[in-house]
Amino acid sequence: MKHKKKKGGVNYGKYGLRFIAPFFIAYILFSLWPLLSTFYYSFFEYVTRNLHTTVEFCSFQNYLNVLGITDGERAYFLTYLGNTLRLWILNFVPQVLLALLIAAWLTSSRVRLGRKGIYKVLVYMPNIITAASISLLFYALLSKFGPIMSTLRSWGLISASADIMVSKWGTSLTISFILFWMWYGNSTLLLIAGMMGINPSLYEAADIDGATGWQKFTNVTLPLLKPVLLYVLVTSAIGGLQLYDIPALFNTGTGGGLIGLPDDTSTTVTMYIMRLHASDTGRAAAVSVMLFIITLIISLIFFRVFRDDKDYKNARAAHHRKGVGA
Amino acid sequence: MNSDLRALRRRKVIRHIVLILLCFLSLLPFYLMFVNATRTSNEIKAGISFLFGSNLSENLRNFAEAQVGLGVTVLGAMLNSFKIALPFTILSVYFSALTAYGIYAYNFKLKKFAWGFIMAVMMVPTQVFAIGYYKFMIQINLIDTYWPLIIPAITTPAVVFFMRQYLQGALSLEIVEAARIDGSGEFHTFNTIILPLMKPALATQAIFQFVYCWNNLFMPTLIISSSAKKTLTMFVQMLTAESFRADYGVVFIGLAITILPMFIMYFILSKFIVEGVSLGGVKE
Repeated sequence: MKHKKKKGGVNYGKYGLRFIAPFFIAYILFSLWPLLSTFYYSFFEYVTRNLHTTVEFCSFQNYLNVLGITDGERAYFLTYLGNTLRLWILNFVPQVLLALLIAAWLTSSRVRLGRKGIYKVLVYMPNIITAASISLLFYALLSKFGPIMSTLRSWGLISASADIMVSKWGTSLTISFILFWMWYGNSTLLLIAGMMGINPSLYEAADIDGATGWQKFTNVTLPLLKPVLLYVLVTSAIGGLQLYDIPALFNTGTGGGLIGLPDDTSTTVTMYIMRLHASDTGRAAAVSVMLFIITLIISLIFFRVFRDDKDYKNARAAHHRKGVGA
Repeated sequence: MNSDLRALRRRKVIRHIVLILLCFLSLLPFYLMFVNATRTSNEIKAGISFLFGSNLSENLRNFAEAQVGLGVTVLGAMLNSFKIALPFTILSVYFSALTAYGIYAYNFKLKKFAWGFIMAVMMVPTQVFAIGYYKFMIQINLIDTYWPLIIPAITTPAVVFFMRQYLQGALSLEIVEAARIDGSGEFHTFNTIILPLMKPALATQAIFQFVYCWNNLFMPTLIISSSAKKTLTMFVQMLTAESFRADYGVVFIGLAITILPMFIMYFILSKFIVEGVSLGGVKE
């Protein structure tokens, strides 16, 4: 491509810079600058008294406060990070297992299923619908005097006082179920795309060796699917850390306090940031910075694993030869 | 051999049953929502029903009354969401295509760095710099306007990534060369030749960007404070208020109205959406 650099005295390279300039200018202004200023704010103490806010440098005090290291402060960041991780893991494990099963079924060459298109469309559907509405819908259906609990009560399956909303695990499992229900279709489609990229001759060779379906799955499919599985894991983990819409609308305290009931056990890190953003910029910024660092560590591990992964390089090379979207 | 065939058929039937059950599971909450939107609050409290009730118009009336105190109606909130999501989508696909083309079609000094940068920031979520963004918008007087929700559309790294992958498979640079010989300027070539060639990629990404923006709750909550400017997702949040909690019928009809646009959109565009998700599959 080098010979195209100069032709007829025109340097086309400068157009490349011009084409990408809007993206980079906007990124620096509206993402990088806010990110750097978030770091900056995290080192200041914001105290509001009588509608007057004083700002003072306080080095790492905000971090120590939200980590509960200062006397009299509770480790809110750790509590909410724990909540967030609990909600994410409870959804991710069943999600990826079911997605693997369905993807294997829909790509199986031995047991060929019809109507694949409609199955894909329907299992993916909840992912598109407004999460805020879905969360409130489940809340309305499952609340103590809602239709589902009433029916279960009248059948004598649950006691008269049974209420998901006062139970920590009841609430957590329901939120995780909503996440699972919304996202397993997405993972299924990604895994199907990954499985279709596996060279069919590998399966033929395994057939000749007399491998069973399970052996083919564990010895051919899973190892070659590692990059896609890793991608699903990392995007889900990073998305899971930012979890907001569903817990913010499912079983939260009234009064706009953004407290995940019962007893603060379903409050996530981003709900905490939202709760603090207007009243205590310093702490909100400190929480954001820690969230950023955790996200960064996850991405770095992901890139490191990928760079060293031979299978991944091969898969990627094959993918590029095929040409995406062609 | 015969028993083998029978075993195969049995497995097929079991798989179909499981898949059909999962499809029902996808639809069930929405079906219950539509049914409950037509029932009275007392009927809903009495238990589940799979049959539609006769209280739809009454619920609609009550809902219309209940939303009066909110400062924005559900249709107003939808229009607000649309006012944000439409320009957001257009800016996102246009500037992403522009950036992707700039990196794909030209050779320049910072090309490698630029691509590496885009890949690196692809994973950075908005929430981690939301505090700085919020403060910045206060400083430049854009808080409580739609601009802070629209402008970031210029920088959507994941869309740039997708567009470049698409260009790699779909565009040969000879077309660009030919246009140059015809005396077409570089921006003119991009707008009149390259963009039309990218239509399938633009359409797919436009759907996803629109859905993303329409469904977003975090950023609007941070930026918007006037009732009249609230988006649809913020309206949903207001449905949790005491005035609605009292009447289940009103909550369900409200939810049904907020879900309906995406529901209809999905069943019209589902084919493209499912294809689009699969394409994004083997991302970096």
